[in-house]
Amino acid sequence: MEVDKKEEIASDSSEQVVNPWEVSAKDGGKIDYDKLIDQFGCQRLDESLIDRVERLTSRQPHVFLRRGVFFAHRDFDLVLDAYERGDKFYLYTGRGPSSEALHLGHLIPFMFTKYLQEAFKVPLVIQLTDDEKCMWKNLSVEESQRLARENAKDIIACGFDVTKTFIFSDFDYVGGAFYKNMVKVAKCVTLNKAMGIFGFSGEDHIGKLSFPPVQAVPSFPSSFPHLFPGKDKLRCLIPCAIDQDPYFRMTRDVAPRLGYSKPALIESSFFPALQASGENGKMSASDPNSAIYVTDTAKDIKNKINRYAFSGGQDSIEKHREIGANLEVDIPVKYLSFFLEDDAELEHIKKEYGEGRMLTGEVKKRLTEVLTGMVERHRMARAAVTEEMVDAFMAVRPLPNMFE
Amino acid sequence: MYSSLIDPNLLIAKDSQALLVNGYRKPNLKTSNDPIRRINNTKPTLFIFSAPAPCSPKFFDNDLMGFSKDQLLSQLQELEIDYSKYEHPPVLTVEEQAKYVSSSEGALSKNLFFKDKKHRYYIISAMVDTKVDMKVLSQRLGLGKGGIRMAPEEALAELLQVSLGCVTPFAVVNESARDVSLLLDQKFKNQTRCIFHPLSNNVSISLSTSGLDKFLQSVGRDPVYVDLEANANPVVGKDQPPDLAVYVPSNSVVIPELPNNTPSAQASPPKNVSAEKTKPVASPKPSKSPGNVKSVVQNSGLSVFKNPEKFVEEILDKTSELLFSEVKGENVEALAETLRKRLTSEFTHLAVMYKNTAYSEGFYAGTQCQPKRP
Repeated sequence: MEVDKKEEIASDSSEQVVNPWEVSAKDGGKIDYDKLIDQFGCQRLDESLIDRVERLTSRQPHVFLRRGVFFAHRDFDLVLDAYERGDKFYLYTGRGPSSEALHLGHLIPFMFTKYLQEAFKVPLVIQLTDDEKCMWKNLSVEESQRLARENAKDIIACGFDVTKTFIFSDFDYVGGAFYKNMVKVAKCVTLNKAMGIFGFSGEDHIGKLSFPPVQAVPSFPSSFPHLFPGKDKLRCLIPCAIDQDPYFRMTRDVAPRLGYSKPALIESSFFPALQASGENGKMSASDPNSAIYVTDTAKDIKNKINRYAFSGGQDSIEKHREIGANLEVDIPVKYLSFFLEDDAELEHIKKEYGEGRMLTGEVKKRLTEVLTGMVERHRMARAAVTEEMVDAFMAVRPLPNMFE
Repeated sequence: MYSSLIDPNLLIAKDSQALLVNGYRKPNLKTSNDPIRRINNTKPTLFIFSAPAPCSPKFFDNDLMGFSKDQLLSQLQELEIDYSKYEHPPVLTVEEQAKYVSSSEGALSKNLFFKDKKHRYYIISAMVDTKVDMKVLSQRLGLGKGGIRMAPEEALAELLQVSLGCVTPFAVVNESARDVSLLLDQKFKNQTRCIFHPLSNNVSISLSTSGLDKFLQSVGRDPVYVDLEANANPVVGKDQPPDLAVYVPSNSVVIPELPNNTPSAQASPPKNVSAEKTKPVASPKPSKSPGNVKSVVQNSGLSVFKNPEKFVEEILDKTSELLFSEVKGENVEALAETLRKRLTSEFTHLAVMYKNTAYSEGFYAGTQCQPKRP
């Protein structure tokens, strides 16, 4: 599952394009999320659902929910209904390990998934699609497996509980009950349909064509007989970025035909690049200055924010004090809305900055603090991840206390 | 001492408040006629008592297993409390309830079940449009700004013996709820009738506040009405004590962690402990059978070591306790709150990594383990 954006460059688009391999806005403007929700047919995550989550979990909803980062869903309300009745669910998320360098945007779905795991006390499966990257990025099998293990360490460092989490790589795990489900799913999707959903053509190799079922079947509990024996009706909730929606539309279409529950989704918007203009900035793995990486030092972070973060402030101090900042395009404020926990402080910053009393420098300084704290914490946790720990997370073992 | 802050209508509360100030009494008073319930005051009873009802065997037998809706309704009848009953499909929210019970029958209520950091519980029953601000409530109770949160589901089942969506003032009829504080919205008094669930969410009943009061008094409770929207910006300090602090229960309750989390699986009421936490009991063979009271206490100790969040809560509780005992002053509470707020997430992260490391070491050791010699 690929979460970082925009490796391909979109050609001139009169329409916005959003799919697992390409994301671009209309005419180089901002992504229209309302239109996307309409187009995909998913639902907005509204206040009432967020309040419900707060009530059910007896804790403050995650900052990503409060700030509308995770803003769309499919059947999340049904999952909550079932949860209230005492019917639990499990979480499924994943990563396509294409590179060793992870940036903050990659961590977002994992940070949110960790919160869901803690708040609802449910188990989690994490899929590392090393086969996908081998096929699409033309990596060797060994290299993609190595990257999968390296990425697993960063994922573990996000703070998942080993007694409730199973991480697996496709190359290691596909087979048995998992493969049986893959075949069942594959039988339900015609070539034409796959080409329609994923944009495959006659030029693509057959590996790519056969990949979608691999990403679909972790949504079915019977794919994990060591985890969920006899629990075929267990629901699945998938936190992901909204560009992954096509995979799961296909899965939801197929599920009832196989007698399985449809997986529910909770979807996030895109994390902007540092130099973004509007929300269309492309975060590119080849440009280290487009993002904050988890391996950046405090000095790197300060430097990147100061030099490359696109500012919505005015050109001169006088003009800024007069008009205030343009909060729509300002990247530091956007980043703060993702990562600054304190709602009151964020509101204060937005107000003061927007009305010209606070300067860009101060906002950037606060952002640097917040990000440095996060990256430092991540680095410390990452250093504590041993090979044995990765083996433990990836061992095919039962999780006896997974719902506690 | 707090009389200036208490509504003059709360005459009964004023007396009970005096009791609280003097000693360690719980907010609910017990009847001296009651041979089975514990007697812990000799003050003349303050409430009306309908003789036959509490002494009937029916009343006592079911004390331990939770009152049912039918028992409650027959109680109301025996007390000659007038009510109207509405049956409907089970509802979990006020919006759903409103579909089946029209507002002409009475004022719908929203019922919230809160818990504070010291494991004390509160039912707040309010008019639907009364604003219940948890932060303000927490300050008015003297618990600091983030002192209360929604109570977990287990507490609902364990203490109130009702299901989700069914919190109701009537839940205090259960012995298990004896330390739960009940606060009622002052605005109920302006209504002819108010609507509550009688321990089951497929029935609603409407009755007058005097009817409700009569019932509460019959189970040894003083009805407490509070203006929930007053004092919206509480200033709590040396000369302005928190105005609702009298309603904080004097006892905290530990909810045992049952291994199979089924709400109906309790045969014994939860242990009632003083404000100190139960010391985790180190046991060589923790038994996992529900209904075994001893193992239930052990399990609650175990979960402190199994669950990173509980572990951190334990650490911060002990830190706060020490802070309160060593440092005097109004700012201590605020400081303790800040510490808790800022450190919880950091510490939890550390605890999870610690847990993962320990598990991995054990896991690895397991792979190297030699089979036992025969």
